[in-house]
Amino acid sequence: MATSEIKIKDPGIDPATGEFRVVAPELTFRSVTDKISHIVLTPHTPLGWLAIFGIAGGGATLLLVAVTWLFLKGVGIWAITQPVAWGFAIINFVWWIGIGHAGTLISAILLLFKQSWRNSISRFAEAMTIFAVVCAGMFPLIHVGRPWLGYWLFPLPFTMNVWPQFRSPLLWDVFAVSTYATISVVFWYVGMIPDFGTFRDRSQSKMGQYIYGMLSWGWRGSVRHWMRYETASLLLAGLATPLVLSVHTVISFDFAVAVLPGWHTTIFPPYFVAGAIYSGFAMVLTLAIPLRKFYHLESMVTERHIDNMGKVMLATGFIVAYGYGMEAFMAWYSASHWEAFMFWNRMFGPMGWSYWVLITCNLAIPLTTLWSRKLRTNIPFMFFISLVVNTGMWFERFVIVVTSLYRDFLPSAWGTYRATKWDYMTFIGTLGLFTALFLLFVRFLPMIPMNEVRMLLPGAKIKPKAAVEAGN
Amino acid sequence: MPAREGTYGLLAEFDTPSDLVRAARKAHQDGWRRLDCYTPYPVEEAAEAIGFHRNKVPLVTLIGGLMGGAAMFAMETWISVVAYPLNIAGRPTYSWPAFVVPAYEWTILWAGLSAAFGMLALNRLPALYHPLFNAPNFRDGATTDKFFLCLEALDPKFDLLETKQYLQSFAPVSVVEVEY
Repeated sequence: MATSEIKIKDPGIDPATGEFRVVAPELTFRSVTDKISHIVLTPHTPLGWLAIFGIAGGGATLLLVAVTWLFLKGVGIWAITQPVAWGFAIINFVWWIGIGHAGTLISAILLLFKQSWRNSISRFAEAMTIFAVVCAGMFPLIHVGRPWLGYWLFPLPFTMNVWPQFRSPLLWDVFAVSTYATISVVFWYVGMIPDFGTFRDRSQSKMGQYIYGMLSWGWRGSVRHWMRYETASLLLAGLATPLVLSVHTVISFDFAVAVLPGWHTTIFPPYFVAGAIYSGFAMVLTLAIPLRKFYHLESMVTERHIDNMGKVMLATGFIVAYGYGMEAFMAWYSASHWEAFMFWNRMFGPMGWSYWVLITCNLAIPLTTLWSRKLRTNIPFMFFISLVVNTGMWFERFVIVVTSLYRDFLPSAWGTYRATKWDYMTFIGTLGLFTALFLLFVRFLPMIPMNEVRMLLPGAKIKPKAAVEAGN
Repeated sequence: MPAREGTYGLLAEFDTPSDLVRAARKAHQDGWRRLDCYTPYPVEEAAEAIGFHRNKVPLVTLIGGLMGGAAMFAMETWISVVAYPLNIAGRPTYSWPAFVVPAYEWTILWAGLSAAFGMLALNRLPALYHPLFNAPNFRDGATTDKFFLCLEALDPKFDLLETKQYLQSFAPVSVVEVEY
């Protein structure tokens, strides 16, 4: 966009580049540290935090009730039956894990591309990843019917000598998701070690010094340590990048390997990955916009971040649109009777409304409006868009799972799907659990990486040798 | 518990990274080898200045990753061919293309764990006690906004008075003696 169109007087815009600033110009090393550590180290918990934590805790309690009842009665309390044997559990699993992917994209892929604007949002995006994976990982486990036998998924030496089947994508999933969870936690924790060191040194309470001291592993900021730390971060980013692409690819194999019209397509892996990033960026916005307002972090999470995330959503949204288009095209071009019927039924069958909700939320609203810079930097509008896209992406998974299954090959085997209250309680419960975990993170851990934000400040610039010599 | 008695080193405090890099480069040029810089964020130039160019984290990561991939592939082969062969319509038991996916995941898993824990081990962390934490100004600045250069007593060039004067010549904010 040409610089002349932008009001250069806007304090958020850097006159040198015509772009929004990544961090506000008045920040110093100490003010960044004070601002972020104050959120955690203050003994006073904000009332608003307590209120939202109460509501989220209520949601998590719903989850506890729903899962307890599930364990007592079995998966029959859900709406799953023949022919729709995969219902909310799989929809929610794919939706949550997809949300997690944006966190890794921000923390790993954008690090490799040296997009330093990501520094201030990377930490809570990673936290979002981990809590989303926690919610996601629960669903397959409770969906297997006998969750107490969940350990059978792992290749453990049992006395009965039964081993897992390594040719199944469902088993690949076990390794993909467990690796993803582990690496995300490690990456997140390693990133926090220097910030724990800062908390240890700034905490006023004995307890805080002790706990953050232990968590920091005695970090003291030696440059030799920093260099190894930077190498390890880069390597972890380089490893997380192919990992994140593989995770949703493997999840899409769960569908694509089945010989079911609507699932059996080669477009699924890229289309799932793009959709994951699309919904994940929407979730980052859903979390970042209230957070920056509530904790007054506008100087570190600036309009630049909101604007850039809007652009990423626009790009991934179009990949998703291409996926939808290709599905429709292949339904016609394959000349398969079953494919064509499935697609017609998906659009105009009894559950056709869900397809149109998806098209409206994922394509019609965001992909027409995100082109405008004015709208991309309009904070309430972006919050609205983030909720719309999250809804749309949930419906995408609903459409893939339900509308591919409920019209079986023989009309005599046709069925329908209507979620029960236990399905809804479990889903709402995971939203509560996710929010509660995220609030605990915001209260007790550094939600913005202080060491990475310091690197963005003008004070971090090393003056060339000549200038230093002349200045003396 | 202190490991030793006496002086650990002399700690000079600077306000800007440029001052630190200049002092560190000079000290390294003057033959100091037992020295280290402490900064609140990674300052690559300071590491270069004290002659720290390379580290072993990539090697550790590579070894870990290769071991992970090999371990998973070997386990899959052993399970599918020897321990629990499944005859599914006469298909081969050694169906290696399917084994690539979990082996790929474990390559990443082991490489990632090796990178993270290898980095900490090479840094000799956890080290909850360190003499530098005894310095009065270290904990207030090193993880917030100050830049430190420490010349250690183990260096043969070290002499308490001379070294103190030497550090003063860089015009630091302060020079303090660090005890074990």
